[in-house]
Amino acid sequence: MRHLTYVARRLVALLPVLFGISLIVFFMIHLVPGDPAKTLLGVRATDESVAALHKAFGLDKPLWQQYLSFMGRLVHGDLGRSFFYNVNVSELVSGRFPATAWLIVSSVLLSLLISIPLAVLAASRRGSALDHLIRAVPLVGLGMPAFWVGIMLVLLFALKLRLFPVSGFGEDIAGHVHSIVLPALTIALALTPILVRSLRTSMIAVLDSDYVVTARAKGLSHRRVILGHALRNAAVSSVTVLGVNVAYLVGSTLIVERVFALPGIGTLMLDAIYNRDFAVVQGVTLVFAVTVVVINLLTDLAHAALDPRVELA
Amino acid sequence: MSTAVAGAVPRRGLRSRRSLRMNATLTGGLTLLGLIVMAGLFAPLITSWDPIAQDLTKSLQSPGNGHLLGTDQLGRDVFARLLYGTRVDLRIGALAVLFPFVIGGSLGLVAGWRGGWFDKVLMRLVDIVVAIPYLVLVIALVFALGAGTRSIYIAITAVGWVAYARIVRGEVLVAKEQEYALAARASGLPTYRILLRHLLPNVVLQAFVFSMSDVVLSILGIVTLGYLGLGVPQPTPDWGSMIQEGQAFIFTKWYLAAIPGLAVVVTGLSLALIADGFVHRSGRR
Repeated sequence: MRHLTYVARRLVALLPVLFGISLIVFFMIHLVPGDPAKTLLGVRATDESVAALHKAFGLDKPLWQQYLSFMGRLVHGDLGRSFFYNVNVSELVSGRFPATAWLIVSSVLLSLLISIPLAVLAASRRGSALDHLIRAVPLVGLGMPAFWVGIMLVLLFALKLRLFPVSGFGEDIAGHVHSIVLPALTIALALTPILVRSLRTSMIAVLDSDYVVTARAKGLSHRRVILGHALRNAAVSSVTVLGVNVAYLVGSTLIVERVFALPGIGTLMLDAIYNRDFAVVQGVTLVFAVTVVVINLLTDLAHAALDPRVELA
Repeated sequence: MSTAVAGAVPRRGLRSRRSLRMNATLTGGLTLLGLIVMAGLFAPLITSWDPIAQDLTKSLQSPGNGHLLGTDQLGRDVFARLLYGTRVDLRIGALAVLFPFVIGGSLGLVAGWRGGWFDKVLMRLVDIVVAIPYLVLVIALVFALGAGTRSIYIAITAVGWVAYARIVRGEVLVAKEQEYALAARASGLPTYRILLRHLLPNVVLQAFVFSMSDVVLSILGIVTLGYLGLGVPQPTPDWGSMIQEGQAFIFTKWYLAAIPGLAVVVTGLSLALIADGFVHRSGRR
């Protein structure tokens, strides 16, 4: 019951955030200088096309009416109509979302696979040369542009070693897995510096805690203390750190999809920018934001389930 | 009375900054950044090539023959573009952080001090902005406002102020319960004076340290926009557009994309070292 109340409270707390996101996305078109329709259509602007765009976005109506009809459509899952593809944006997004979901999940798994052992090594050999080396990783890693890392990985693993494809998403599950390794590694390498730094700190706190000291005093081996006790707590910390960085993670997919020509919603958004397809840019921005909000909620709930100290009341 | 109170203020932030002893990390970071800034500032003295002068008869030349890093597809000197790109990306990166620092810091200062509805509204606004991924919102805003430097400043400010607001607000919540703040309030000093003269110097250090990492984030944003063709307009040299142009020749001239990226990494490293050095010296690790 306490868990249900907690979930309900978290859902209610999301409402103002979702309302605010809808306002930001709605007002984006009003940031376009001059007549948005003319600016967006550029060389394609004719009287008819400008009038059609005015009608599509309701630009000739009062602002509050525009917002109400925007929200009315949203509630029914309608993200508007793409001018370039002439189909509903929701259809475009649902067709492209699987590739993005694959990328997000694979990136999380890979970043955990890289970060947790590094953090455990650094924390259990505190002050050693290895610890200093691992602590230096975030300093270098934080300044690496994700798209550049992707290009360098393509150069090394796809062009030189020919281990993975240069781009694309493959045709079947095996093809997806094969194609997603380099894009996921690109994001994982960007996330690792953040994760290692936070996880190392929380691992040190765990290793200094009373129950680990007791476990050691009972004669448990270093290996069992790390694997059986400290690592479980590191898993909880990983969920928290990932939750804090989820916006960064989801945002990275935008550019990484571009580098690897993955047919995800990031590529869809960038293509829409080049095609000046405003409805798609609006829709995908909204989907990205809602994805972050949902993942944040899930990590909060996972944290509450994993760590009994989290206050549910 | 007010003089006595002011004299009793510990001025932790300013004093700790003044007494900041150099450490290896900070020295390394400052030296590296100094070298990068000098390379940008003295670009006309380091290279005689014009970064935007095209010579199609000399396109895609390998390093040598007077071109230290070769030439790009339009026959422009890559080394000259790299040096002049330093000027562009560092200047925009640093300035783009200044506005969020001032706006977010001021809002956080007032919210932390006043509390109440202003604080609640501000924090809800922060929750909303952070829910939208940084890069997605910056790209969407630059698209809406039109590509160019002005749009970059507006987009990064619109997204970046939240971090400063959060940091400064958090610091103020602690600082306003300190004895010097309570004494300043009890002595009847006007709010603006308490905030600017007494609280600000004590809460700004953490925001300043964060701004070093934020410059890295801002440069990454600018370089990404350049890579996507939404950044600094051509033919102005910019590391992001250099990587994007070099990517087309990755099979034969891999260094065209690799070297500008390395410049970003080294700049990021210098700023990260400075931030780390400040954190280390201020004992907040």
